[in-house]
Amino acid sequence: MRRALKTVILSSRKLWSSRLSELINLSLSEARDGLGAREFSATELTIAYLNRIEEARPLNVFVCETPESALRMAAKADIRLAGGDAGALEGIPIAVKDIFCTDGVETTAASRILKGFVPQYESTVTANLLSAGALMLGKVNNDEFAMGSSNENSAFGPTINPWRREDDVTNLVPGGSSGGSAAAVAALLSPAATATDTGGSIRQPAAFTGTVGIKPTYGRCSRWGIIAFASSLDQAGPITRTVRDCAIMLKEMAGHDPKDTTSVNLPVPDYEAALRGDLSGMKVGIPTEYHLEGLPDEVDLLWKQGIDWAKTAGAEVVDVSLPHTKYALPAYYIVAPAEASSNLARYDGVRYGNRVAQDDLIDMYEATRAEGFGAEVRRRILIGTYVLSAGYYDDYYLKAQKVRSLILRDFTEVFNKVDVLLTPTTTNAAFEIGEKVDDPLSMYLNDILTVPANMAGLPSMSLPGGLNNEGLPLGLQLIGKPFDEATIFRVAQCLEEARGPFPHPKKWW
Amino acid sequence: MKVDEATVRRIARLARIRIDDVEAGRLVGELSSILTWVEQLEEVNTDGVEPMTSVVNAQIKMRQDEVTDGGYLDRILANAPSVEDGYFIVPKVVE
Repeated sequence: MRRALKTVILSSRKLWSSRLSELINLSLSEARDGLGAREFSATELTIAYLNRIEEARPLNVFVCETPESALRMAAKADIRLAGGDAGALEGIPIAVKDIFCTDGVETTAASRILKGFVPQYESTVTANLLSAGALMLGKVNNDEFAMGSSNENSAFGPTINPWRREDDVTNLVPGGSSGGSAAAVAALLSPAATATDTGGSIRQPAAFTGTVGIKPTYGRCSRWGIIAFASSLDQAGPITRTVRDCAIMLKEMAGHDPKDTTSVNLPVPDYEAALRGDLSGMKVGIPTEYHLEGLPDEVDLLWKQGIDWAKTAGAEVVDVSLPHTKYALPAYYIVAPAEASSNLARYDGVRYGNRVAQDDLIDMYEATRAEGFGAEVRRRILIGTYVLSAGYYDDYYLKAQKVRSLILRDFTEVFNKVDVLLTPTTTNAAFEIGEKVDDPLSMYLNDILTVPANMAGLPSMSLPGGLNNEGLPLGLQLIGKPFDEATIFRVAQCLEEARGPFPHPKKWW
Repeated sequence: MKVDEATVRRIARLARIRIDDVEAGRLVGELSSILTWVEQLEEVNTDGVEPMTSVVNAQIKMRQDEVTDGGYLDRILANAPSVEDGYFIVPKVVE
């Protein structure tokens, strides 16, 4: 009798636990709808993700897990869901890039220099998400101060891409700098993640992990409380599994903030409501200059596929020219390091972060910064210091800012003729860990197709287009008019429908 | 632009980052190749082009010049490596 009872309990537990573990397969919008219909609780959803995160530690995605506060917030969400006063993201777990300051939770930008830094305030973007009812599962890995394209420049070590080549156990990079955010979403450790994009740091990892990521127009999301890299380029955005989820997240993240003078006081549209209709009457531009010499066939094929999908959905496809495209990346590698060298001057071992004690103040600064910053951050600070130094400012920084005006002019002219641009996100699929670490320039070339949108401040999304013949994801990129994220979402939704459901990576960890 | 080791050391000093001989040697090559690569911008004719100052074509916001925040010394000092009597402590600067 006792044995029979035990069996019943065990099997019901098993049933419960298998149902629980299936909750991670729901997209954000499905989870939201399920929570709203009370099919499961926020606590159950959160436990499912916490279990999954624990199993996925070999991927080195989370740098700080916050399970206790996640469960506390889930319990509160369940009360609000029961009481009928739920927010738009009530009970939805999210992962937060460790570059967003989170009140009372260590925030390091994956740098040794900020080890132990516990912000006394919450970034505006994460505060917006929390007030919409989202709950944080923890902080995720990234390249130090968001400088990198592989997540290898992290004081916590690299994040591993959940995707592997077919029949191959080689570990691949998830892209960067938001590698942890992208890997968290791809490996089903979270329905969504916050991320930031200065030169491609949302879109390139999204492309490498088969996820959807949007960098909104500069000014759409507040930068307050986000650890600064290059202030005229940095923007926050979400990484998710579907276009709809991305629309839901961005709506809650965006909005005017008096604390960021560059945040724009414009109403935030209901992006989810924009996800309807076909593309008839819409003009999609194909920029000739993005046909880079040596672009691999698989990327070219994917691009052609995307063009076909757009045509089938009713769009008119037009060839356009952005003549200054090739100069965007070199101009970026003047502007971004220059701004970084200025922004990172604050890490001096005095007010926060690590200090290397010395008897002399200058010695203390130099020792603190030498030990606290990783190799890539030191390299970029030095480049930035050089291009801003006396005698070189006009030749480098001013020249780059003039080229930037020309890049924006190219886009402005093209957007008189078309509604949106369609390109590949990257020139290749995810590469091997260690493959490019010794060659900074070849690492920089990762951002060649994403950087122009940052230089012009334009909204831009990457969405999964398909798998290459090794079974790795490749991304399609959309670039839109300023503050017209809604058109990007509408086009992306049509491309996503044409493509069909995208697979999750096989769990090997 | 090729940079020499003296330039690398001068820049590192300006940036307040200590570098050892090995790193200085490596940076000569790395910075030279990056700075040579960005020089392709010289091909672009920028005569009469205004440098971009802001990607958002918005008016700079104005507000009253008044205190709007503050009054939490403990939070300001919470993460400081060395604190005494409500001050940040640094090595002696003035003899």
